[in-house]
Amino acid sequence: MNILGEIVFWVFVLLTIGSSMVVVFHSRIIYSAFALLFTFFGIAGLYVFLAADFLAASQVLIYVGGILTLIIFGVFMTTKITTLSIPQLTHHRYIALIPIGLVFYALVHMIFKTSWPVNVLDVGPTTQMLGQLLLTKYLVPFELASVLLLAALVGAMRLARMFREAD
Amino acid sequence: MTWLDLLIAVACVAGVLGFISVVALVAIWTERKISAHIHDRLGPMETGGFHGWAQTIADMVKLLQKEDIIPDAADKPLFKLAPYIVLSATIASFVVLPFGAHLIGTDLNIGIYYLVAISSLEVAGILMAGWASNNKWALFGGMRSASQMISFEIPIGLSLLIPIMIVGSLSMQDLVGAQAGGFWNWGVFSHLPFAMIAFIVYFWASLAEVNRTPFDLPEGESELVAGFHVEYSGMRFAMFFLAEFANMFLVAGVAVALFLGGWHAPFSFLEISAESNVILHNLVGFFWFASKGMVLLFIQQWLRWTLPRLRVDQLMHVCWKIFLPFSFVNVLIVSLWIVLTQS
Repeated sequence: MNILGEIVFWVFVLLTIGSSMVVVFHSRIIYSAFALLFTFFGIAGLYVFLAADFLAASQVLIYVGGILTLIIFGVFMTTKITTLSIPQLTHHRYIALIPIGLVFYALVHMIFKTSWPVNVLDVGPTTQMLGQLLLTKYLVPFELASVLLLAALVGAMRLARMFREAD
Repeated sequence: MTWLDLLIAVACVAGVLGFISVVALVAIWTERKISAHIHDRLGPMETGGFHGWAQTIADMVKLLQKEDIIPDAADKPLFKLAPYIVLSATIASFVVLPFGAHLIGTDLNIGIYYLVAISSLEVAGILMAGWASNNKWALFGGMRSASQMISFEIPIGLSLLIPIMIVGSLSMQDLVGAQAGGFWNWGVFSHLPFAMIAFIVYFWASLAEVNRTPFDLPEGESELVAGFHVEYSGMRFAMFFLAEFANMFLVAGVAVALFLGGWHAPFSFLEISAESNVILHNLVGFFWFASKGMVLLFIQQWLRWTLPRLRVDQLMHVCWKIFLPFSFVNVLIVSLWIVLTQS
């Protein structure tokens, strides 16, 4: 990678990490929600560097266009959200060390165990391959995910109806 | 990526910015004149002499000089950031619009998918503006705008799928290239009448996507003053305004590229072949693309000043109970047609 590509890469890395820090540490939930926009976008940029163009566009479409909008809607709909500030105190400091340590160990273990490809091969357009794989080799997980989403959709509608009947 | 690539990229963005500024200038003027003529009045007549053609330029100069007012109670960082997100999403989508055989920012192999994806950034910007203004009208406008945009994204995506399936590519130039040689080869007329249904669904849904009448609830002057940008003034307001008019051309441009032959002329003798003169070939292509886009832009404005506004429930009814079933059945029939004829 030449110097210019390197700069763009580091911009995306800093954007991703910096904005995810805001997501975690900011005391106002609306800032966390909007910082997530930049995190998702930065990750999409990193996908581009991995020659996964279709995945990058899907990342933006699904996470920014769908999930982030839903999160922001959720924040908007919550009552008294403007005055709410999330306490950033730590409770049960020593007990928390156990799950944190486990997650940290798992992550470090994975990072060192995976053999990272240093040079990304120019695999060309991935869309067709992805489509074929989804409808052949990975058909069952693909369909399972669809059924799961459908069930969640029906469940959400049922919940919304339940509250309306209660009124 | 080399320095030359960077230079080309900067030139592309500058070209896009120049183009959308000119389109917005022309479109704002035509909007005023068309609205005036539909309402049986004159509209701007004085500025610049001929039918007030310089009125928009004068307004633009006024906007540039105007003080950038930020309300005291606004959420200042988000308030300042929102117009940039909306405008950059718009500019980023223009990069894959094929203005001519070579007049395209970059012909990504996922072109149309990228365009749909990147324009969803705009929803976040609009929500941000609506929230940060700390104004109930702005918040309502932002919420309405976002809910309408994410709802209508579904029929839009499904109707764009029809030409994508027929051509078998997501690249903009491939999609345009498949429609060469006269208007009867255009996307709307293939697989009659299903591609035409897709075009009609796309056009109506795209009106909702850019918040135009009859789906202009997010801005409805009589109820919400101006919607999500009610607190903005000066340069930041100009950015929203520019993005709005650029988006009108963008959705028209997508319709032209996928359904109306892109930069191809309605009759092939009206084109200049790329072999004889590449530059002229591109310029003529640009002419046809821009003219078709402008015709659709005119139809958008015509509809805006003719039709009344829908109610929120009617809007959702149109989206989920009319456009969506039509699009689903359309996709099923066209895919079946393609499977039966291609195997």
